[in-house]
Amino acid sequence: MSMYAQLVETGVNRVQSREEMSAEERVFQERVDAGIKIEPKDWMPEGYRKTLIRQISQHAHSEIVGQLPEGNWITRAPTLQRKAILLAKVQDEAGHGLYLYSAAETLGVTRDQLYADLLSGKVKYSSIFNYPTLSWADIGAIGWLVDGAAIMNQIPLCRCSYGPYSRAMIRICKEEAFHMRQGYDIMIALCRDSTPEQKQMAQDALDRWWWPSLMMFGPPDAESVHSAQSGQWKIKLFSNDELRQRFIDQTVPQAEYLGLTIPDPDLRWNEERGHYDFGEIDWDEFWNVVKGNGPCNRERLDTRVQAWENGAWFREALVAHAEKQAQQGEKAA
Amino acid sequence: MKEWPLWEVFIRSQHGLAHKHVGSLHAPDAAMAINNARDVYTRRNEGVSIWVVKASDIVASSPSDKEPLFEPANNKVYRHPTFFPMPDEVKHL
Repeated sequence: MSMYAQLVETGVNRVQSREEMSAEERVFQERVDAGIKIEPKDWMPEGYRKTLIRQISQHAHSEIVGQLPEGNWITRAPTLQRKAILLAKVQDEAGHGLYLYSAAETLGVTRDQLYADLLSGKVKYSSIFNYPTLSWADIGAIGWLVDGAAIMNQIPLCRCSYGPYSRAMIRICKEEAFHMRQGYDIMIALCRDSTPEQKQMAQDALDRWWWPSLMMFGPPDAESVHSAQSGQWKIKLFSNDELRQRFIDQTVPQAEYLGLTIPDPDLRWNEERGHYDFGEIDWDEFWNVVKGNGPCNRERLDTRVQAWENGAWFREALVAHAEKQAQQGEKAA
Repeated sequence: MKEWPLWEVFIRSQHGLAHKHVGSLHAPDAAMAINNARDVYTRRNEGVSIWVVKASDIVASSPSDKEPLFEPANNKVYRHPTFFPMPDEVKHL
């Protein structure tokens, strides 16, 4: 179970051995093993198709819902330039959602169906977006930590087996690089050459976003059959724990440069392992938020439902206009 | 609610290369498709020209026909200049 594959079922009880596979499945697996991309019209196991639809669409929903915590601060950015930059970041997220919806649609599902599943609560989005943005420093923390964690997950996905998903990820990764820098730039402004109040605001944001960012990678997947199957299909390239460890190792020095304290008393460098040891994650909190009891779950979904319903007249008007123009075109011809 | 048609988007980059496929989007008509393509696929100055084509108008070769369709090219290696060794002392070949 990875970052966007929360509660995704691959439809398998155990990973198949080569002997158990049908001829088609074996040919498919050989292509995946050889690193040859699977494209929309190629034969694929039903479990592969279903897993991808769920994983890609949850990733897409995460981008769209992810606009909301940051959108909250657009009207209150401290400078005009930071406002313009935040607008550009939020725009990018809409674009990322689009690339991913397009990739999911190649697997035989319509956009309307994908939206319906999000708005009904049937399908999830990354639970990190169920937390509130309480200060401007949160915008810095999100760019630095949340986008930082997302990049850690997304770069390996550029090499995943499904062509449209891999190409969408390549495009997204190019654009995502500015997101993390935008966040860290805000943190630098708040922490170095700043007032004690600004520094405290930054520390407070780190205190609230650190553990949820670690949870983004998902629970340890040692026992997950679904993770193992996704690994064999090259939809998931590294384990949750591996990615989480890499993220921690890269982020600790970044926090040190800012002069901020990561809210984990058990965090320490382990010379033997060559990695940072860190404290226990509260997985109860994670599951609670995934199941709908986080601070902002209801608000996020309500906002999306309102946007869909309130925008219906506009979408319908565009269709009516297009049809009228088409008719007039025919008459004139 | 009627679904908007799917459009494939092709962009010609700054450097005078041929239009390249960059992705797709849904739009109710061609004008909206161009505008949306501009918003989604050229935020970083990626292009000087946009083509949008209804996905339903695109005809594609079938993956299962790949072998017979492309077989004629496989054994005509003499189409590549490296097939012909040329004397070193002769220039401009």
